[in-house]
Amino acid sequence: MFEGGDSTFRKLNTINRRMFIISAAKVVVFTGIVTRLFSLQINENKKYLTLSDKNRLREWRLPPVRGQFLDYFGNVIAGNLKVYQLHVVPEQVENFKYLMLRLKDILEIDDKQFSKIIKKKNSQKPWETLIISENLSWDQFSKINFYLHELVGAKPVLSVARSYPFKKNYTHVLGYVAQASENDLIKNETIKKNHVPGLRVGKIGLEKTFENDLLGTNGVQRYEVNAYGKRINQLDHKEGQKGKNIRLTLDTEVQKLSNELLAEKSGSISVMDIYTGEIIAMHSSPSFDPNLFLYGISTKDWKEIREDPLKPLINKTVSGLYSPGSTIKPLVALSALENDVISPNQKVHCNGKMEMYGHTYHCWKEKGHGTMNLRNAIKQSCDIYFYETARKLGVDRLNLTSFKFGLGNTVLNGVLANEKKGLVPSTEWKKNNLGVGWVLGETLITGIGQGYIQTTPLQLCLMTAQLANGGFKIYPRITVDKNQESLENIKYKMAQNAFKGKEKKYSSPIRKVEELLNIGSKKYLPLYRNPENVKFVLEAMFASTNEVMGTSYGSRIDDPKYRFAGKTGTAQVKKITEKARELDLHISQIPYEERDHALYIAYGPYQNPRYAVSIIVEHGGSGSKTAAPIAKKLFKLIIDRHELREKITNQNLINT
Amino acid sequence: MFQQSSYTDQLTFFQKIRSFDYVLLICIILIGIISAFSMYSTDGGELLYHSKSHVIRLIVFFTMMIFLSFLNIKFWHATGYLFYVIILSLLIWASFYGITASGSQRWINLYFINLQPSELMKIAIIIFYAKFYHRMQAGNVNNFTNLLIPFAVLALPIVLVASQPDLGTAILIALSGLVVLWLAGLNIRYFIYSSLAFFVSMPFIISFLEPYQKLRVLTFFNPERDPLGAGYQIIQSKIGVGSGGLTGKGFLKGTQSYLEFLPEKHTDFIFTLFAEEHGFTGSVILLLIYAVMIFRIIRIGSIVRSFFAKLFCYSFASAIFIYITVNMSMVLGLLPIVGSPLPIMSYGGSSMLATMIGFSVVMSAKIYQRQLIS
Repeated sequence: MFEGGDSTFRKLNTINRRMFIISAAKVVVFTGIVTRLFSLQINENKKYLTLSDKNRLREWRLPPVRGQFLDYFGNVIAGNLKVYQLHVVPEQVENFKYLMLRLKDILEIDDKQFSKIIKKKNSQKPWETLIISENLSWDQFSKINFYLHELVGAKPVLSVARSYPFKKNYTHVLGYVAQASENDLIKNETIKKNHVPGLRVGKIGLEKTFENDLLGTNGVQRYEVNAYGKRINQLDHKEGQKGKNIRLTLDTEVQKLSNELLAEKSGSISVMDIYTGEIIAMHSSPSFDPNLFLYGISTKDWKEIREDPLKPLINKTVSGLYSPGSTIKPLVALSALENDVISPNQKVHCNGKMEMYGHTYHCWKEKGHGTMNLRNAIKQSCDIYFYETARKLGVDRLNLTSFKFGLGNTVLNGVLANEKKGLVPSTEWKKNNLGVGWVLGETLITGIGQGYIQTTPLQLCLMTAQLANGGFKIYPRITVDKNQESLENIKYKMAQNAFKGKEKKYSSPIRKVEELLNIGSKKYLPLYRNPENVKFVLEAMFASTNEVMGTSYGSRIDDPKYRFAGKTGTAQVKKITEKARELDLHISQIPYEERDHALYIAYGPYQNPRYAVSIIVEHGGSGSKTAAPIAKKLFKLIIDRHELREKITNQNLINT
Repeated sequence: MFQQSSYTDQLTFFQKIRSFDYVLLICIILIGIISAFSMYSTDGGELLYHSKSHVIRLIVFFTMMIFLSFLNIKFWHATGYLFYVIILSLLIWASFYGITASGSQRWINLYFINLQPSELMKIAIIIFYAKFYHRMQAGNVNNFTNLLIPFAVLALPIVLVASQPDLGTAILIALSGLVVLWLAGLNIRYFIYSSLAFFVSMPFIISFLEPYQKLRVLTFFNPERDPLGAGYQIIQSKIGVGSGGLTGKGFLKGTQSYLEFLPEKHTDFIFTLFAEEHGFTGSVILLLIYAVMIFRIIRIGSIVRSFFAKLFCYSFASAIFIYITVNMSMVLGLLPIVGSPLPIMSYGGSSMLATMIGFSVVMSAKIYQRQLIS
């Protein structure tokens, strides 16, 4: 059949044999490929499925919504404002250069800002959103919308930003937020975890202290992306958790009044509940508008704030250190009484000055007060009497009493990062820190609140509060605590503790059971030895305000509803020379920096005290002329607000 | 009775139709349909450029294949050398006046099609060898002159193609040629010697490779060494195949290809897309169709009378097998990335033209299975 016979046969034999070998090889290779397919698609399917998802899914984190600050009455004092922003995605713009020039024209962007935007554009990917303006004015926003048809690619967007509706009024308490810096990221894990470009974080004040609570968590948008990272479609959207709202104990009305009362002045006002320790108001003047910092403050504004001689950047309430002046006298008197150094009937004759240790010590009243007892000495603020009392008391015993009542230590326990401790001197302190022994003359001037002693306005407020509540320790706070004890509870505990204090040595079985059950509270302990001493000092302060000859008699309120008791203070900034004393210049004739600080501490209403106040006006002259009148206006409002506040408090107690 | 009278030059038209190999035809049609749908998927589920022109080519070349099948097998035998010479001249033409794309000068512009002669050379070399060995006595196969001519015939196009540069096609041409030589009965010794020589000269060959080719070889051994550069294709392809699982992500739902993670998805990596969308099941079915196709060609080879037809069928079946395995091994990360299309499935006119010509020769061999060639 086949041509060629043997050769052909051999050829066919070979080709068939070899074809068989190849076919066998094919089966093996095909099996190999199927095995490979099996291992990839079946065995390792999970691994590759994950890899594939990793490829195609990308998450975009959205900035968290920051928690709000509320005042005691629930008003938003640091909120989230809707702002109009202008976004551009360069990739979606046909002619980017033209668009930018048009926008520059419409929004009146200056060259510096413009080059900044261009620089930013060059540093990011073309599909990433470029924020042209973070906060368009309504004017700009409507203008953009008007021209929108010729601005292809420009997107006016509604976004949220921090806002401080009460502007100047809460600046020092709240602080402000600004764009998170590298440093913020390093120092705070929570910020790092939730960071997105442009995130605003607290820079100072409570905004910074409560950063972790306020921040909230990122929302997440999950997109499917292609190999070039371009978003193809949105797969899901997870809402982030809004930051916690924080309610403060502050009262916006009182805060506002404080700002008004200190307008044009440098100083501070603090108001505190003498039982709960809640801070009702806390203002430092002058203040500034924190909204300026949200989008980066302008150089001009910043310079203005920084170079203001009245130092608006300092929160004077907790960071300002002042000699307490005569406002320390109630404490000196209490300390002397407690230590049995003097009796209330102790008489000292004041003729305007006294000689001691080779120095002459002057009373503020040149002609002298005549013969004084302790009550009158407080009432009329006789310096000579307190030189004498301090001399007998000694600085170290005064030091102990001062510490007990809250001087020389922070009041808010670090809630405000820049709070200062102040200084209550002692012989030991001087030796350790100045390396020199204590001089007795220094004890005398400490007795009238001059010399080394330094206090913050808030410390003076706490001191007054702890005197006014009958001499019990309280726990100042600026944020509302859900577990805040009721007034009745606190008062009950104070009474319990007072009773226990009396019967210290006597240990009844009931007492032991109480101790075991931990009923008797360690909180709200009495700070006195004899409650009568505290009562005496409080009564003397009443006299100082409400009796003729009292230093703040002019600022009294006769209506018992508003009646308050206080103590003036005038702190010398500069040692008065003999020459100046003779000249007896009027305040307006003294250069501003050399004028005395005016101070006033007070509590009210007198019969049933509830609030303590401390006021400082830097270089304001005398306490009675400048500071005490402020208290008068302040107390009116505080007492008027009291009822509403109580109502809110009771509501809260029911609610929680 | 049918057989005795019919296997002459004068087969009637109906007889020809009836002796078509329908199993092979169905396999081709099935793969054609699968490839059309895959191409539609690479276009993102729209009838765009690639899918349109692929479908048009399929129809045109398939019809052409049917018509060419009616040609007597003697025609292919007669024009065997001429065919080779034409393709070789086209190759030379391409190396001077060819169109350069992605760094390689491998196309010539024929106005209606951009022809890639190197693809056609894969078939031409088989036809040439089949004719060359058709009349040769078994004893003469290993003669020196009879070794020299095939060597020159194979080496010439390989050098031309490799210098385009197109290493992948050059290797495939070489493999196709070697298969024919093996089947023709070349002494095993030569294969052993030459493969030894190949391995010895391997370092020298590598030193002559283009930098990108060297990189591919290196990358093959460790794709993770440069995941965004040279290893990217292998990694993404493996992810595509692996994430397909048992049943695949579904038609038009292959994220790897749809989201453009897959490079060259309509040419060399079309199988990745298919495996991603149709999973292990689909892949095995496709492989089965290919296997049946190859088996049918071998079967035709075993029944034809002329040595020319037999050698061609066996060689073509093996060549197709090689194309498939090289392409699949490549996308499955078993071989380095060399440009090699998957027959019929991959986008590309020349490759499809060459394959279809091959099929028509096979079909013609089937129709004229009793034809003797003098």
